[in-house]
Amino acid sequence: MIELQGVSKYYRSKRALNGVSLTLPRGKVIGLVGENGSGKTTMLKMLAGILIPTTGFAILDNNKITRRVASSVAYMPDTDLFYPYFTVKQLFEFYDSQYEDFNMKKAQEIAEYLVISLDAKISTLSKGNRGRVKIAATLGRDAAYYLLDEPFSGLDPMVREDIARGLIRFTDTEWQTILLSTHEIKEVEPLLDELIVLKEGQVLAHKEIDEIRDKYGIDATAWMISLFR
Amino acid sequence: MGMEFLPDKPIYQQLVEHIIGDIIRDTLVTGEKLPSVRDYAISVGVNANTMQRVYKELENLGITETRRGQGSFVTENQMRIQELREEMKEQLVQSFIQNVEALGFTTNEMVHYLQRRGEQDD
Repeated sequence: MIELQGVSKYYRSKRALNGVSLTLPRGKVIGLVGENGSGKTTMLKMLAGILIPTTGFAILDNNKITRRVASSVAYMPDTDLFYPYFTVKQLFEFYDSQYEDFNMKKAQEIAEYLVISLDAKISTLSKGNRGRVKIAATLGRDAAYYLLDEPFSGLDPMVREDIARGLIRFTDTEWQTILLSTHEIKEVEPLLDELIVLKEGQVLAHKEIDEIRDKYGIDATAWMISLFR
Repeated sequence: MGMEFLPDKPIYQQLVEHIIGDIIRDTLVTGEKLPSVRDYAISVGVNANTMQRVYKELENLGITETRRGQGSFVTENQMRIQELREEMKEQLVQSFIQNVEALGFTTNEMVHYLQRRGEQDD
């Protein structure tokens, strides 16, 4: 379980997170939505141990989150893959050397599932295929938590569909938790169990998707819009 | 991605109804094995937790049976399937009547019309 308790994060005078408290239960797929600059990336980085709270606590399975504690967390940034001169296989080997939980067999299986050649050089791949490689390398880790920053953004529908199928196929909600930030809430909603809405560094709402639909009779998009009105 | 869902009810409920529809239409027949939770989840584009809930709900409704280590199968209980057909009919008629009344038609008027339509089709 991941917990944030009264977490704030300042960058100089700018407040990126402002008194955030929330709990991410194990075994769920959770969407993180909010406008640009609402704190999504800051929150993901904090849960990954890359950023430390200015005040408050970030806790993973009863331990304060540090880079080391976060070794059971697989974080996928929204930036492009580095190491353009690597082949896909070399990238996987690099991940294998960096992460104890990297599962080479699984990563190769995902690459095969997404029709990515292991011998392809990353610099020669299309943007869509780089997106596929990125998710393959990330899901190749047998991590308890996947933190995915905008895994679908800027990719065409075929690639988005592949990534969604890969997510369902190669994660196991018996023990793994996925937190993913997105702007494509309409498209991503069927993949989610819960939704967290951020606004100006604060949690505006955190609800189960089924509850939104059951209680209000609307989908997550309409519900989100109603929150902002 | 995957199947389209209506906004006004939980996705798992829509999938339960979809599968019931497949059984009534005979796309899925008595005793037939359902795909694994994960395969079905991938094909309709929902997460495995949602699909798990769908399968559990179907089992609770007596529509499927889970055989240990083998998966889920459509019930062989013909009476249950007959019941399902009747329940579906009732639901259809209910929503039909609601629409009819909302537009100010009388049920009688519609019954006569339906009969005429039925004769034309035969």
